[in-house]
Amino acid sequence: MKHDLQKPPADSFERIEIDASHAERITKPSLSFWQDAWLRIRKNKAAIVSMFILALIIIMAFVGPMISPHDAETQTITHANLPPKVPGIEKLGIMDGVGTLAGKEVDLYEMKKVDTYYWFGTDGLGRDMFSRLWEGTQISLLIAFIAALIDMVIGVAYGGISGYYGGRVDDVLQRIVEILYGIPTLVIVILMLSFMKPGITAIIIAITITGWIGMSRIVRGQVLKFKNQEFVLASRTLGATNGRIITKHILPNILGIIIINTMFTIPTAIFFEAFLSFIGLGLQPPDASLGTLINDGYKLIQFQPHILLFPAIIISLLMIAFNLLGDGLRDALDPKMKD
Amino acid sequence: MAKYITRRVFYMFITFFLIATATFFLMKALPGSPISSASKLSPTQLAVVEAKYGLDQPIPVQYAKYMLNLAQGDLGNSFQFKNASVTDLIIDRLGPSMLLGTQGLVLGVAIGILLGMIAALRQNTIWDYGSTFVAIIGISIPSFVFATFLQYWLAVEWKIFPVGLWKDGWVSSVLPSIALAMGPLATASRFIRTEMIEVLSSDYITLAKSKGATGFEVAFKHAFRNALIPLVTVLGPLAAGLLTGSLVIEQIFAIPGIGEQFVKSIMSNDFSIIMGTTLFFSAFLIVVIFLVDVLYGIIDPRIRLSGGKD
Repeated sequence: MKHDLQKPPADSFERIEIDASHAERITKPSLSFWQDAWLRIRKNKAAIVSMFILALIIIMAFVGPMISPHDAETQTITHANLPPKVPGIEKLGIMDGVGTLAGKEVDLYEMKKVDTYYWFGTDGLGRDMFSRLWEGTQISLLIAFIAALIDMVIGVAYGGISGYYGGRVDDVLQRIVEILYGIPTLVIVILMLSFMKPGITAIIIAITITGWIGMSRIVRGQVLKFKNQEFVLASRTLGATNGRIITKHILPNILGIIIINTMFTIPTAIFFEAFLSFIGLGLQPPDASLGTLINDGYKLIQFQPHILLFPAIIISLLMIAFNLLGDGLRDALDPKMKD
Repeated sequence: MAKYITRRVFYMFITFFLIATATFFLMKALPGSPISSASKLSPTQLAVVEAKYGLDQPIPVQYAKYMLNLAQGDLGNSFQFKNASVTDLIIDRLGPSMLLGTQGLVLGVAIGILLGMIAALRQNTIWDYGSTFVAIIGISIPSFVFATFLQYWLAVEWKIFPVGLWKDGWVSSVLPSIALAMGPLATASRFIRTEMIEVLSSDYITLAKSKGATGFEVAFKHAFRNALIPLVTVLGPLAAGLLTGSLVIEQIFAIPGIGEQFVKSIMSNDFSIIMGTTLFFSAFLIVVIFLVDVLYGIIDPRIRLSGGKD
């Protein structure tokens, strides 16, 4: 069948009436800010993988000590310095309990007549490294989360008050920040720690004492930006109270930035805790954190590399995952990145 | 500009004064003193020693004396190290720390800039992902973990470099410098990548391209120079990071630097060295941050120097 292109048949066209109601129809479901952010972060593979790794580490930090057949505190001197041995994997030639002794490779489990398995080996006091590792992770995470939370609360309150009330309040608060900002974090942290009794609380105080400043500066900048925007002015004209404007209009708008910042505070806190414990200012035995475990392992690296290896892997994974997740969240929540 | 600098210098002094005061009183509030462990001394002998160091005087008097000495650059005498003056001790140990810091910074920033450039010019290719991965690793893995593994593999296992100490000349500074360079490397490469991508999409780059500039010209002559300017702003935090790093890395490689001495003096309660080093670190960072801010205003006239650093 051949069509005459000059004269198309009339039935190949259909007349469409313009329906005014169609223009108003919403073709896509409307998304809230958070749904939108979730859609974007889902496309970020690195962030998703990080989320799984973090979830896994956090779960293991609580479940790990329970599933291990050995206690973290029990010292079995006859089982000291054993390399890792895992049932099943041992047949592959790794984690099979073979360690070097006086330059020769020997099965230390056989030699010391140990008939149980220490999955990640034992330390110099015969404590199970698997349980110790996860309990240490628990402590490190606890310190990091509490420190990040305190930083967030103080920073948001301080920056918010400073930015929202402005004027003389802002002047005074900002002068204080300007002075505090000049104090090197490291110096103040070390001073505080040499002054306080070492422990979890001391480390948290030391980390948070200057940690909130960054957050307060960002929050202040954001509040200054939003407080004079039309929708806030409109709300004020309609008689909204300060409390309502802050909670209903300003906070929801800066929540994204607060979350991003907190996400980056957590790895910093993990690092600082490990750093302090490494130079001997952090937790004291018998408490264990990733930092103290790394410190213990460092001293024995030539003879018992496994003691350093596992905490080093976990802390690196934690830091990488938190940083990647933070990056992903920044891309997903930052309105400037919206396409 | 002059007004801004005056104001900043004024704040620098207030900050420094506060740090000095806080350090002094924190040290005084510390449990124990450097001589309290010498229990073999009789009360009379103890009193003689205390009088010698001025520890028997009331705290406000000690404070005034300390501040007066500080104004003259005298940081007091160490309790260990045969009463050597703290200023001399710090100057003695400055060399290795400065060398490591400079090498680490230069190495890290140079490689970081290179990686960042490659990533930005080959955006979303394997090059980009590779350099981003290196940057994430550099930011994430704590410097002391990285240093420990460097030391284990390159020095203990393969014996390419000395394990530690400062005895073999420049070779002994290689591993610690690499360990210190990781932080600056990561920061610089992430920063340059973001800046380059932003600059490359700006109008004057399009103009340069449309006038027939080659890719190489556009990248180096037009984009790179503008992307480099904001890098100055991270120099302050980088310097702070290097200080943090030097504390552990000097410890790991047993380098006779300031950081190593600081950690040791904390362990032995040597007040005057702790105070001296703290003040030295603070002064160093305060001056670096100040210089960076002023420098930034000079090389990039678009920046207003009136407000804070927001």
